[in-house]
Amino acid sequence: MKTTVFLGTVGAAALAAGVAGAATLDDVQERGTLNCGVTTGLVGFAAPNASGEWEGFDVALCRAVAAAVLGDPTAVEFVPTTGKTRFTALASGEIDMLARNTTWTFSRDNDLGFEFNGINYYDGQGFLVPRDLGVTSAMDLDGATVCVQTGTTTELNLADFFRKNNISYEPVPIETNAEAQQQYLAGACDAYTTDASGLAATRATFEAPGDHVILPEIISKEPLGPLVRHGDNEWGDIVRWTLNALIAAEEYGVTSANVEDMASAAGDSPEVNRLLGTEGNLGEMIGLESDWAVNAISAGGNYGEIFAQNIGEDTPIGLARGLNAQWTDGGLLYAPPFR
Amino acid sequence: MASISEHDTQQDRQGFRPSMLINDTRYRGLTFQFIALMLIILAFAWLGANLMSNLAAAGLDISFGFLDEPAGYDIAFSMIDYTSQSSHLRAAIVGVLNTLLVAFMGCVTATIIGVTAGVLRLSKNWLIARLMSAYVEAFRNVPVLIWILIIGAVVTISGANPRAFLGEEAESNLFLGMFAFTNRGLYAPAVEIGPGALIVLIALIAGIAGAIAWRWYVKHTLFSSGKLLPGWPMWLILLAPPILAYFLFQGAIGLSMPDTMANRFNIQGGTLVGKPLIALWLALSVYTGAFIAENVRAGILSVSKGQTEAAAALGLRPRRVMNLVVLPQALRVIVPPLISQYLNLTKNSSLAIAVGYADITATLGGITLNQTGRAIECILMLMLFYLIISLAISGVMNVYNSTVALKER
Repeated sequence: MKTTVFLGTVGAAALAAGVAGAATLDDVQERGTLNCGVTTGLVGFAAPNASGEWEGFDVALCRAVAAAVLGDPTAVEFVPTTGKTRFTALASGEIDMLARNTTWTFSRDNDLGFEFNGINYYDGQGFLVPRDLGVTSAMDLDGATVCVQTGTTTELNLADFFRKNNISYEPVPIETNAEAQQQYLAGACDAYTTDASGLAATRATFEAPGDHVILPEIISKEPLGPLVRHGDNEWGDIVRWTLNALIAAEEYGVTSANVEDMASAAGDSPEVNRLLGTEGNLGEMIGLESDWAVNAISAGGNYGEIFAQNIGEDTPIGLARGLNAQWTDGGLLYAPPFR
Repeated sequence: MASISEHDTQQDRQGFRPSMLINDTRYRGLTFQFIALMLIILAFAWLGANLMSNLAAAGLDISFGFLDEPAGYDIAFSMIDYTSQSSHLRAAIVGVLNTLLVAFMGCVTATIIGVTAGVLRLSKNWLIARLMSAYVEAFRNVPVLIWILIIGAVVTISGANPRAFLGEEAESNLFLGMFAFTNRGLYAPAVEIGPGALIVLIALIAGIAGAIAWRWYVKHTLFSSGKLLPGWPMWLILLAPPILAYFLFQGAIGLSMPDTMANRFNIQGGTLVGKPLIALWLALSVYTGAFIAENVRAGILSVSKGQTEAAAALGLRPRRVMNLVVLPQALRVIVPPLISQYLNLTKNSSLAIAVGYADITATLGGITLNQTGRAIECILMLMLFYLIISLAISGVMNVYNSTVALKER
């Protein structure tokens, strides 16, 4: 028995880590914190602010899940991951969920053994070039040197785009967004490619954002969303429905300002009542307290508030809602019914 | 003594009994080794079984089928034909070749730098000796990753943008009409192989062989008759055949110059020695060179002063003392640690991704691993590759070591 314990300790680090067990929820509740994988720093999506606290669009989702599960939006341990380390971190159990501008693809969902829990940002890949280059279309980039983050779908789309259009380029593989930004600004590459939202966020941090343009071509579909390990459906449901709760809250006009009010007593709308736990037992069905959605919405507001606060048009990043508007406003956001 | 042998013979006469495995000192060691071996095997079996059950629980399996699938990504620097439609296996081979290239270039330059710095550090010239000490201490005591990043950054900052060389009215002109140092690397003419190139190559090899033969002949006549023949015919024998062949077969070997007119972003044509390769190669060379310098210094100091003084007393000049007396004896001290420096350099080349150089760790262990999610397979292959390369370097160098080692007869 002792030998087993000893060997277990030795092997734990290398091989035993992250048994894809069934009870992530229990683990998180026992630990009292949620381990959430984010980027190493992409302003607007996930980056530490001046006082060292993580904030951003993806960070807000981590906080909402922590609030729903633990009742405390600050009970999150943020684990910065690169494009290369993120999947290993998730598969090994180092993180409970990954909210890191990660594109939902068939092979990631099936071959890598992950489960995507919805889409929190509909994105597409674009190109950023210096304005004085005089390039107006990605088709003009023949022969250009392009910086690209390695280990991403971006890298594959880039190869496909240039192959399809029969033009050449020189890829410069780079690990992190910060490094790519540095190489791009130093002129080591003519263009930088990543998701258009990421380009806007990166450009916002430049000294002279006006000197750089994002080319009109969007060369891919990049549905970004949170993901968890395969095989723990209960935990996957919690992440999925927390995201849906934020989206539904915007649709029904539940905001961080009025959520306490609306949750204090059952109101006129049965759907809002069920969402906020004043009617029915949805919380129990998902294995959480009845006020789980109230906590999630109070954490950082509904989807619209989170968007506006972190990446919306009033922020330096200045992204329009576009595809990410509610279906009622011509966008793609459509939360299934809370029933 | 007598009692022990008496005891032994008594035991032998009685034959082997199982209790002797514990009680007899002759067998006890074996028993414990056997138990330890079993425990180690058990430990690995447990780890393996654990891995398998975890993989099964996660719905994953071990399979190398992904190697045949298209890689889907492009690689900036490749010595063989490679497109994004090539297989993951081919991407891995590109990485292997790139690793071997930078390791080979690094070992050669590190040796040259190291031997030079090591000898000069012992120089009687105060300034040179101190400069070499400063070099060794600075490079040996800063991690190689930092040097890779520093050199990469220096190239990026100091080099001009290639656009400065482009177009009709370029800001900068190509150096000698051939070279351009840019923040993406060094553009140089490329060698173009035409018909008849093989003959030129054969002539070159013949020249080298002839030169070696002449040297051997000079040495032979010197030792047998004491007559010193002149050394200059060696150069004639070396250079005449290839030059003659080159002019006889016009167009066999040509140069293609970098073209500054073809593209608006980059210089086309010629060869680009990319920034990643330059940064990685230089950093590995100067870093490992500092260690080799210390090995060389230790080797030279290990040769007793009497040897130098005796050689000087015989009338040898300092240069000859170093080449004929000191270095041959120093080599047997230098070579063994030199092997491990070569191994270190090769393994350190896995830091290539820091500057975006597509070595095996960056292709197979980086992008392929990430795109396919086959972490265990990729890492296993990586480990196997580095193991084979290290053992091969070690084997070759050990053969060399046995030629310089002290001959014991």
